[in-house]
Amino acid sequence: MPEIRVTPLGAGQDVGRSCILVSIGGKNVMLDCGMHMGFNDDRRFPDFSYITRNGRLTDFLDCVIISHFHLDHCGALPYFSEMVGYDGPIYMTHPTQAICPILLEDYRKIAVDKKGEANFFTSQMIKDCMKKVVAVHLHQTVQVDDELEIKAYYAGHVLGAAMFQIKVGSESVVYTGDYNMTPDRHLGAAWIDKCRPNLLITESTYATTIRDSKRCRERDFLKKVHEAVERGGKVLIPVFALGRAQELCILLETFWERMNLKAPIYFSTGLTEKANHYYKLFITWTNQKIRKTFVQRNMFEFKHIKAFDRAFADNPGPMVVFATPGMLHAGQSLQIFRKWAGNEKNMVIMPGYCVQGTVGHKILSGQRKLEMEGRQVLEVKMQVEYMSFSAHADAKGIMQLVGQAEPENVLLVHGEAKKMEFLKQKIEQEFRLLPDAKKPRLLHGTLIMKDSNFRLVSSEQALKELGLAEHQLRFTCRVHLHDPRKEQETALRVYSHLKSVLKDHCVQHLPDGSVTVESILIQAAAHSEDPGTKVLLVSWTYQDEELGSYLTSLLKKGLPQGAT
Amino acid sequence: MAAHLKKRVYEEFTKVVQENDPSVRLKIASLLGLLSKTAGFSPDCIMDDAINILQNEKSHQVLAQLLDTLLAIGTKLPENQAIQNRLVDVACKHLTDTSHGVRNKCLQLLGNLGSLEKSVTKDGEGLAVRDVQKIIGDYFSDQDPRVRTAAIKAMLQLHERGLKLHQTIYNQACKLLSDDYEQVRSAAVQLIWVVSQLYPESIVPIPSSNEEIRLVDDAFGKICHMVSDGSWVVRVQAAKLLGSMEQVSSHFLEQTLDKKLMSDLRRKRTAHERAKELYSSGEFSSGRKWGDDAPKEEIDTGAVNLIESGACGAFVHGLEDEMYEVRIAAVEALCMLAQSSPSFAEKCLDFLVDMFNDEIEEVRLQSIHTMRKISNNITLREDQLDTVLAVLEDSSRDIREALHELLCCTNVSTKEGIHLALVELLKNLTKYPTDRDSIWKCLKFLGSRHPTLVLPLVPELLSTHPFFDTAEPDMDDPAYIAVLVLIFNAAKTCPTMPALFSDHTFRHYAYLRDSLSHLVPALRLPGRKLVSSTLSANITPHEDPSHQFLQQSLERVYSLQHLDPQGAQELLELTIRDLQRLGELQSELAGVADFSATYLRCQLLLIKALQEKLWNVAAPLYLKQSDLASAAAKQIMEETYKMEFMYSGVENKQVVIIHHMRLQAKALQLIVTARTTRGVDPLFGMCEKFLQEVDFFQRCFIADLPHLQDSFVDKLLDLMPRLMTSKPVEVVKIVQTMLRQSTFLHLPLPEQIHKASATIIEPAGESDNPLRFTSGLVVALDVDATLEHVQDPQNTVKVQVLYPDGQAQMIHPKPADFRNPGPGRHRLITQVYLSHTAWTEPCQVEVRLLLAYNSNSRLPKSPWVEGGEVSPQVETSVIEGTIPFSKSVKVYIMPKPARR
Repeated sequence: MPEIRVTPLGAGQDVGRSCILVSIGGKNVMLDCGMHMGFNDDRRFPDFSYITRNGRLTDFLDCVIISHFHLDHCGALPYFSEMVGYDGPIYMTHPTQAICPILLEDYRKIAVDKKGEANFFTSQMIKDCMKKVVAVHLHQTVQVDDELEIKAYYAGHVLGAAMFQIKVGSESVVYTGDYNMTPDRHLGAAWIDKCRPNLLITESTYATTIRDSKRCRERDFLKKVHEAVERGGKVLIPVFALGRAQELCILLETFWERMNLKAPIYFSTGLTEKANHYYKLFITWTNQKIRKTFVQRNMFEFKHIKAFDRAFADNPGPMVVFATPGMLHAGQSLQIFRKWAGNEKNMVIMPGYCVQGTVGHKILSGQRKLEMEGRQVLEVKMQVEYMSFSAHADAKGIMQLVGQAEPENVLLVHGEAKKMEFLKQKIEQEFRLLPDAKKPRLLHGTLIMKDSNFRLVSSEQALKELGLAEHQLRFTCRVHLHDPRKEQETALRVYSHLKSVLKDHCVQHLPDGSVTVESILIQAAAHSEDPGTKVLLVSWTYQDEELGSYLTSLLKKGLPQGAT
Repeated sequence: MAAHLKKRVYEEFTKVVQENDPSVRLKIASLLGLLSKTAGFSPDCIMDDAINILQNEKSHQVLAQLLDTLLAIGTKLPENQAIQNRLVDVACKHLTDTSHGVRNKCLQLLGNLGSLEKSVTKDGEGLAVRDVQKIIGDYFSDQDPRVRTAAIKAMLQLHERGLKLHQTIYNQACKLLSDDYEQVRSAAVQLIWVVSQLYPESIVPIPSSNEEIRLVDDAFGKICHMVSDGSWVVRVQAAKLLGSMEQVSSHFLEQTLDKKLMSDLRRKRTAHERAKELYSSGEFSSGRKWGDDAPKEEIDTGAVNLIESGACGAFVHGLEDEMYEVRIAAVEALCMLAQSSPSFAEKCLDFLVDMFNDEIEEVRLQSIHTMRKISNNITLREDQLDTVLAVLEDSSRDIREALHELLCCTNVSTKEGIHLALVELLKNLTKYPTDRDSIWKCLKFLGSRHPTLVLPLVPELLSTHPFFDTAEPDMDDPAYIAVLVLIFNAAKTCPTMPALFSDHTFRHYAYLRDSLSHLVPALRLPGRKLVSSTLSANITPHEDPSHQFLQQSLERVYSLQHLDPQGAQELLELTIRDLQRLGELQSELAGVADFSATYLRCQLLLIKALQEKLWNVAAPLYLKQSDLASAAAKQIMEETYKMEFMYSGVENKQVVIIHHMRLQAKALQLIVTARTTRGVDPLFGMCEKFLQEVDFFQRCFIADLPHLQDSFVDKLLDLMPRLMTSKPVEVVKIVQTMLRQSTFLHLPLPEQIHKASATIIEPAGESDNPLRFTSGLVVALDVDATLEHVQDPQNTVKVQVLYPDGQAQMIHPKPADFRNPGPGRHRLITQVYLSHTAWTEPCQVEVRLLLAYNSNSRLPKSPWVEGGEVSPQVETSVIEGTIPFSKSVKVYIMPKPARR
């Protein structure tokens, strides 16, 4: 059985720079190519030199698959393909293909223009990199080459997120990327069929969490925002430009409309308009409600949400601002945060997961004094709220997916080691007895090849059709038994012994002195040289091999002494 | 129809059976099946042939079709045990076929014809007693998913036919729950449900532990697990079935709402629990505290069960499912379970309230309706009320009105709650003024349910001041009326309240009592006499005398036979008058009284018509009188249609009497026309038609004929053979004598009977401004009407527009235009398109509602129709006639000539 080798170059037991190498059936596939938010040095990208020191990557990798457009899953792509050098195909879904370059460009701008980094990939590189992308549809089986095929499944999480099944021959691996098992305001739930892969590589961000119903979360969120706005405070919601942001926008938009609120909602510009445009386009990737109502009104055409200008941050009065990036580590959200942090009327709502080392993570863990660049100390007086809006599956969701796919093995990635330990235990405990319907089964029959046709028939029928007589194959075996009595008596003893041992079988003592067990014949004869030893002749057909060999081993042990 | 003809057809068929082309054989087989379904054809004769063909047939498709034919034959002969057994044998033989289609059909046949246990033991002719369940059960593990599904369906069919399924099936069915195919899982869920209903109390072991639980609890857990299945079809199925498992123990039930939250392995409280605590600690309105959702105690990792916990959180999952079909099913199930368990109702409240914010309107509506249904068991907390009231701002009218209905029967716990509700309702009123009536009604009930909570609010609501007189509010302000409706209804049971009223409040009371008497109750005001209300107040507790009176008046009529015609007429007239008066006085008895009065009026008309002198004189001389008689006949017909279709709760025994009366009217019509028309030819057709009617009557009501001893139709049927052969003139003569001899049939009173009625709320018909539109184009007129006690309004209620030129137009409203706000009530909100050629000046058109009927819908349907050749919808939608049942409303319109 060929082996499947998995090497995580990132996001093995942490979150960020997802990059997993899979060798399956002689094919090498790279799953995701992400960057790490927490680092600004070489550690932010996966170490591609692991793959090869001096050869070209194209020779080693058969394809690259990107699960969705978040930067920790695709951020290193231009670096990888253009700077390290890879010319093979890159697979992603259509929405990912559309949105990915926008995010990469934004990321590049922050890194190069704001932080002044040199030796970073350029806009042209992003464009060149995107030329290598092959877009796939949901449930479309794509033949990468003669043996390797991949297939995408809906994953929820963000627009265009997909899980991929990678198949070579009878071996298959499913990589989930990030996924969400509960639907939200704009996306549906992940779904996979019972594809029974050999290995399921699943994310495990929330391995130890079971979340409350999303309705409570939504209501809580709206209540928090509403209260802060009524107090006259400003609300900052740091988001990644795409994904959660759209969900929260829809949520706030409908709420504003229903409650007839007047406070302005802003969304930091740039990406938004372009991105929202794509959300309007890829209606088929959204949830049931949006898909059904977009003819009347496309939910992504917001009425209350306007573009943000930097000058607005100093405006008096309440407002709600969505700003990027989501972990408060750089960019506009951090700027606004610094402006507003001093006022206790204001509020920041962190709607998702924050990587260690970011400002977001620090304030969430309760730090009230932050050291900023240039030795400034920022005192945080504003309210800090955390809302788990992050669209990852919780422990129950992960278990549900494992149940749906019925894999042979599960590999947990993209999470914390300690939490994985717990989930590992649970999966072992609850899926120990998975039914295995694809297990090979034994079949007796004859394959007839005639007139370039194949037919599988029972052997009797084959014999009949071909006019052949069945060839009998018999095994015979002699067992020496030390028994001074006569042959008949020995046979009788054998008979009574077998009768008592083999209760389920039909044991008969024939008039000619032989004993039969089913179709097995046992005859006793005196040894030609030593009269004290009797020779038992055991004979059975090929079909009764199992019983026959059992019988001989039984007889070799000898007869019980007490039996007469 | 002629059976020999069919036989002939069948013979033709058998000739072609030797056909080589399998598709032709297939068609023949299917035709044989159809043939055996037709009435009057005894299919046992073709059974042997069909079985013979079956044995030689090679094509799987034809085999399957033949088995289908055998199934049709078998179902046609449910009494014949030998044939059934034979068919079952045939089916068992073909169960090993390699084609899934054939196995499917075999299983279907077994399910439909497999003998029930009783008959098997009775049989006992040395035949190996087949255990049908065992045979079907073996196919639960067939390799083809379609066959597995068919096997489960067959098992369900056995259950439907009254065979008690073995409990052993339960384990087999449980295995099928993890099948790869959704249709198998879906059917398996049903089977598990069936078994759980059959053996709720038997004990099953929990695998991997020594404990044992009740089967119904185990099944409940398993079905709950299916609520998170991969296929939404299965999820809908599972969620629906959960609702009907009422025997499940309460702690299992309550688990369905508990997802056992945790965060980083520490137990977390749900937002619901936190809200409840905040509320009970009195901190409701305070701001949120930091970190109150912080996880609490550590959880023992071993104790956490992520999937096999069964019922855990099933409804939490179901209610946040991706597909709204699942969510609706879950809400419905929640409703049914909450109705049977008050403690569960209390617990599921939070979840239902959350559903008010669902993104799909249907789901919101459904959850509001659900809440109304369980509102007897619950009291809303203030924070819940807050969420509920927020929905009042919803832009959908249905949602708002459903919410008003809900508030009508909600229990509120505090006076702040009442105040909150009032404020929100008034906000709603200013935002959507069209909701006026609904809001007033809502406040009426809110007031009468919570008098003690309203009492402390009165000074504030009326803005009275202990020392100063305040300005008198505007009497026409809908918001002020709303407040008054609340207060007056509360004051009805709270005698201390009127003391707080100021002078103008009393004046306004008198005004409102007159103008909005249905909203404002009679009050015992100090120093004022109760005007006219004493009467009605005293009558209501004594309901019996009026009922007795009704009985007595009807019994009096039974002696009608023995009176002379003049006396009979007088008695009838008197009784009709009594009944009408009674109906006006007693609204509960109005239905019965009207119904009986209408019947008696028919009888009166009949007697009058038969008393005419014309019967004794030669026909041509009395043209005038026969006019009167034919008018009577026509009127009786109309009245009988009204009796049959305008009352809900009419049972079959009444329908017979009504049809009998109509038959008499038709006979009368026949006689009258026979006397006035010359020539035999038209008469011939009429007689034929009348005899057909009699035949139709006999076919429809064959079971009730014994009750009609000595009646007109009874006698008529006795003479039927003679009538069939005699000449028209003779027929008329016979019918005439029998009609004159016919006796009066008593109308048994139905239990519950209500007259259908409709009120058009909009258009109000008061506008002086004509609706102007360009001729040739259309103008949409909003029609809003409430319908009471109308059955199946989607198919029966039509809107009629009468133009001044006598042109009438009938509009069929869409089924979606009907809403069902409560039992027996419907609401029609639709748009009617008007159009006409240009007029010189504005004029009024009349709009009214009609009730369409079709008396043929009682006819048993022919099997050909069931075969799917004609959709039954087409047949029933044919309108035979209409009955206007609402007052017409005049609308002023003005089609202008088109401008050049």
